[in-house]
Amino acid sequence: MTAIDPVVPDPFEPPISPQGVELGPTLRSRGLWRDALRATFRTRSAQVGSAFLLLLVLLAVFAPLIAPYGPNEVLLDTGVSVREKPCIHLFGCSDDKPQHIMGIDGNGRDEFSRIVYGARVSMLSGVVCVTIGLVIGTLLGLVAGFYGRAADSVIMRCMDVLLAFPALLLAITIVTVLGRGLVNAIIAISLVSIPIYARIVRASVLSIRELDFVAADRALGVRNRRILWHRVFPNALTPLVVQATLGIATAVLEVAALSFLGLGVQPPTAEWGSMLASERNNVFTAFFLVLFPGIMIMINVLAFNLLGDGLRDALDPRLNK
Amino acid sequence: MLRFIARRLLTAIPVLFGVVILVFILARVIPGDPCKAALGERATPQVCDAYTEREGLNDPLPVQLGRYLGDLLHGDLGDSSSQRRPVSDILIERLPTTIELSMAALGLAILIGVPLGILAARKRNSATDVVTMVGANVGVSMPVFWLGLMLQYLFAVTLKNTALALPPSGRLTPGTIPPPFFETWGLSGNGVLDFLSNFELLNAALQWRWDLFWDAFQHLILPAIALATIPTAIIARMTRSSLLDALGLDYVRTARAKGLRESGVVVRHALRNSLLPVVTVIGLSLGTLIGGAILTETIFGLSGVGKTVFDAITARDYTVVQGFTLVIAVGLVLVNLLTDIVYTFLDPRVRVT
Repeated sequence: MTAIDPVVPDPFEPPISPQGVELGPTLRSRGLWRDALRATFRTRSAQVGSAFLLLLVLLAVFAPLIAPYGPNEVLLDTGVSVREKPCIHLFGCSDDKPQHIMGIDGNGRDEFSRIVYGARVSMLSGVVCVTIGLVIGTLLGLVAGFYGRAADSVIMRCMDVLLAFPALLLAITIVTVLGRGLVNAIIAISLVSIPIYARIVRASVLSIRELDFVAADRALGVRNRRILWHRVFPNALTPLVVQATLGIATAVLEVAALSFLGLGVQPPTAEWGSMLASERNNVFTAFFLVLFPGIMIMINVLAFNLLGDGLRDALDPRLNK
Repeated sequence: MLRFIARRLLTAIPVLFGVVILVFILARVIPGDPCKAALGERATPQVCDAYTEREGLNDPLPVQLGRYLGDLLHGDLGDSSSQRRPVSDILIERLPTTIELSMAALGLAILIGVPLGILAARKRNSATDVVTMVGANVGVSMPVFWLGLMLQYLFAVTLKNTALALPPSGRLTPGTIPPPFFETWGLSGNGVLDFLSNFELLNAALQWRWDLFWDAFQHLILPAIALATIPTAIIARMTRSSLLDALGLDYVRTARAKGLRESGVVVRHALRNSLLPVVTVIGLSLGTLIGGAILTETIFGLSGVGKTVFDAITARDYTVVQGFTLVIAVGLVLVNLLTDIVYTFLDPRVRVT
């Protein structure tokens, strides 16, 4: 990873405005989060990651404008055949044939349009999974770390049990219980991810709990709940943000995997994992129908991984050597 | 040392117990009539009542749990409804394939990941470093099932009729039924020997059948590469960052100052200490590996644990799902226990705290 320049200027040197006026100390920092954001976007991985991410968000938001056809529009009556190879006019495909830059899928639909619409499901499911897991995990971790004793033992042993299972296997079993479908797949993946967040929050809380400013609050008679939300939680947020970003990458991959196994998104919804699954037996004849969905999944996962790495490099003080 | 291991063993017990309970509960709340799942959709109510009574499914849950625990202690995982034989028999048959695949993938990941990590750390910020780390990032982000399909296409279609062609699926060439090694040795089979003979590589080697060994090996290459990609990338990244940490420490400067060769400094001083987090990561990545094995086996048509669980879910064969999930989870808990113990050998500081 690249070294990061210090964002905050030397604190012993008073900042000077362009007019040569000394600014007060309160104007110096742009705030913890803005500083962190600036530091993040100085890392190469965050730049590349967010560029990919922006591309995917645009794809998802403007899908109806970008996609030439509807995701479930069957085009067999327009003179194309099932699993027809990509036809790009720029690369020598004859002009009187309709252009399909990623080919035609097994049901006579435009692969490119389905890929574009697939961005919606993929992005949304990843974010929703992490949000659910994050909220529940954070609450559990806060309670376990702050109140300790019985609450801590019970919660953390339960988390250990959940962590004992391979994530995908547990998710598969949970989907079996709940029934197939995107919503249930999201619930399963969120449940499986809870222990990671709970552990991270608990670990931060345990160290923050012992710090002087919490002791000062206690001495002043501040109530526990206020200390928890106004002192402990904001300080435990940094590792959580990093993990959540990386967690979206994992969630996207797991949703795709469940859909690939036929347990997640059900056809005909355009989703990259299930698009891959429905054409997997044709990989030897219609290679492109497997290639493109896979590349899209990879770009999506890569985007969040890179952004997460950038955030970690910027936010983890131990790495700033 | 012994006290540490004993304490670590004790903490694993509640987790193992929790795993058993969770699997039990999950299997009880799976929707659908267990009788219809076992006897078929056309089972009459009378037959179903008799079945429910015989299997004790009308008993209160704690009684059922007690019986389940008792059976488990006798090594009885129940009978599969779709295959009509004990789950433990299926495990003996299928588990070796998954272990072989995971070990091959893990071995590959360590053999490639660690040297790549060292290389990237030694040449920090060079083109080698950048390429390796970009590769690692792409590797972590690759869906296993997609990579598997792409490898199949590359090695079975594009490279067909070349020396590099590899079989796209199956554990052995179709039609090959290797004799179990214990029969060649004139022994009669039992559970353990059956289990061992299902490791195709081991079975072939023990009979000196190198043609079989080569066949089994060739069939293992593509799935192992597909499964190894993510762990390789993780190990390379971890090795790089922890070696970089170690190279910045005082004792490394001392080692350099006393005139040791750079390779000696890196390998004997820095690497030894920086491998500790790598061991942890390897232990932790076993869970991901098993998850990946489910997908890899489905793609490459290997009848291992993953494919069995998946088929069992499709066939609503819950005894199999329950038994296999339990064995995998217990296996992972034990492996993590082992990782912790290995850690104490590698790092004396852990023993003290």
